Amino acid sequence: MIEAGPSHGVALLRKMLFIRRFEERCLQLYGEQKIRGFLHVYIGEEAVAVGVLEAITPEERVVSTYREHGHALVRGIAPGAIMAEMYGKQEGCSHGRGGSMHLFDAKAKFYGGNGIVAGGIPIAVGLAFADAMRKRNDVTCCFFGDGAVAEGVFHESLNLAALWKLPVLFVCENNYYAMGTRVDLAESVPDLHQKAAAYGMVSAFVDGMDVEAVEAAARLAVEQIRAGKGPYFLECRTYRFHGHSSADPQLYRTKAEVDEWKRRDPITTLLARLKERGELTDADETRMETEDESVIGEAVAFAERGTLEPPEQLTRFVYSERKP
Amino acid sequence: MNYREAVRAALHEALSKDERVFLMGEDVGSYGGYFAVSTGFLKEFGPERIRDTPLSELAYTGIGIGAALAGMRPVIELTTTNFSLLALDQIVNNAASYLYMSGGQFNVPLVIRMGTGGARQLAAQHSHSFEGWYAHIPGLKILTPATLEDARGMLPTALEDPDPVLIFEHATLYPMEGELPDGAGAVEIEHARVRRSGRDISIITYGASLWKALDAAKTLADEGIEAEVVDLRTLRPLDDATIFESVSRTHRALIVDEGWRSGGISAEITTRIIENVFYDLDAPVRRVCSAEVPMPYAKQLEDAALPQAATIAAAVRSIVHGGSG
Repeated sequence: MIEAGPSHGVALLRKMLFIRRFEERCLQLYGEQKIRGFLHVYIGEEAVAVGVLEAITPEERVVSTYREHGHALVRGIAPGAIMAEMYGKQEGCSHGRGGSMHLFDAKAKFYGGNGIVAGGIPIAVGLAFADAMRKRNDVTCCFFGDGAVAEGVFHESLNLAALWKLPVLFVCENNYYAMGTRVDLAESVPDLHQKAAAYGMVSAFVDGMDVEAVEAAARLAVEQIRAGKGPYFLECRTYRFHGHSSADPQLYRTKAEVDEWKRRDPITTLLARLKERGELTDADETRMETEDESVIGEAVAFAERGTLEPPEQLTRFVYSERKP
Repeated sequence: MNYREAVRAALHEALSKDERVFLMGEDVGSYGGYFAVSTGFLKEFGPERIRDTPLSELAYTGIGIGAALAGMRPVIELTTTNFSLLALDQIVNNAASYLYMSGGQFNVPLVIRMGTGGARQLAAQHSHSFEGWYAHIPGLKILTPATLEDARGMLPTALEDPDPVLIFEHATLYPMEGELPDGAGAVEIEHARVRRSGRDISIITYGASLWKALDAAKTLADEGIEAEVVDLRTLRPLDDATIFESVSRTHRALIVDEGWRSGGISAEITTRIIENVFYDLDAPVRRVCSAEVPMPYAKQLEDAALPQAATIAAAVRSIVHGGSG
């Protein structure tokens, strides 16, 4: 489980490291065919979820994408419930109905897990719309990738959020590839944060490989949103170290390019920084790894002993059980 | 009182009674509604709750879903069925799927209204009937009010529903005059209704075609054919029991649907009859649907494309008297 460490930097590190180790285990389990369907791992991008979500409260809402394991873990959805979901067990956080792409948790105010690129963006704007109607400036945090920026609904949604001054934090996780199409081959203006200017929305970009920088940028953004200044667009420049999904042969980029980005791994970068600052020792690091391994082991065990929903319940949840 | 005023009364009541209700869509405010349903609402309820949107169907439908998830009771007006296709991703991939995908955690209490249907010489991009398409989708409820009572009463029931409900108001019905009893309010949405009883054949229909079927039934009565007319009212879920009971009694069935024939809701109803009450039938089930063309502009062509009382009556005669008709 992700817990606060002795210093804030260490707490950030723990969260990133946990996501990394959790997903490494997911990849292994995918290879063993314990996890099926699509599996989109966040490895390399952990600083974005961890940094951004530091800036909002547990009562505020999060809308995410199909690459959402990191966001879900940081929001506090139990690792066992996430793993069970990927196993298709009814103890999963979506009752085994969603899988890796559709993690949901009402208690964690986690509104999915959207498999349609940009599909979650207007949902986030709608959640914020409801808050605005109730005169609240709670932040709805909306994650999406560089690919989403090409969708019409991205532009429609940004326009409306800005027009109605809604409390949305738009977080563009720019990992430079929409599946296999590089951003400069898809966008006339590949400097994505500039898109916000068309809607009169404040925007910024940040090194998405530096969790402390991401957190600082997100806090600044959230402060403005809570002050009633309307939505904010934060582009986090990051990189995924693995393929788009587990089915990706990665023909569209070179190993040299991937290696270059791996030198900026957000976890090793912060690790070195913390040691330099004297906030973390090698022994701390070893202990952290051991604890993570144990928690992840428990999550896997929870998923393994989870139960399969009987097919007789197949049509449950098509409609609400509560009748009008 | 006309159909438009009945819809308007329903909306007015919902906005007055429940602060969570708001109306959102293109021109619902300053313009007074594409079909003039919400004239004056902007002044009465204010721009927060009578929310004019730009031409961004996909986004404002998604915003409706998000607001519903956050506890509001949005009424989204999507002008015409053809325009609703711009919002299809949000309707199908999110509104209809959220509850299931989330394992029962997130229901979407959203109401979407739109005008549907032809006969106004608006050609191929403003005249179609896609309610049958939407009825294909698990997770949605599809309502097709044909009467003033249903125009007035289905909306409040839809707003009480925890799941997404789409209401298709046939555009030719808005000026239709009729009586609404004092105190008319919410109606149940689970049952089809027999609008005219008869012993010889069941004409199964919905929406504006109901009135054409009733016209046809009147003509046929003069010829000694007593047609029963069933108003489906709700296309999803279909009220199988009422359909089967009627067909079992009359032993003949004609489906009238303003949608296209191929793969349409008429095919679904026909199949259910064949699957369930085949041995009660004295004649093959037949259909009168819209011709399989994008809707033409010219009046005589549009008339020929749509189901009409005369084509319905002719189909009934051919079923009752036999032959290929």
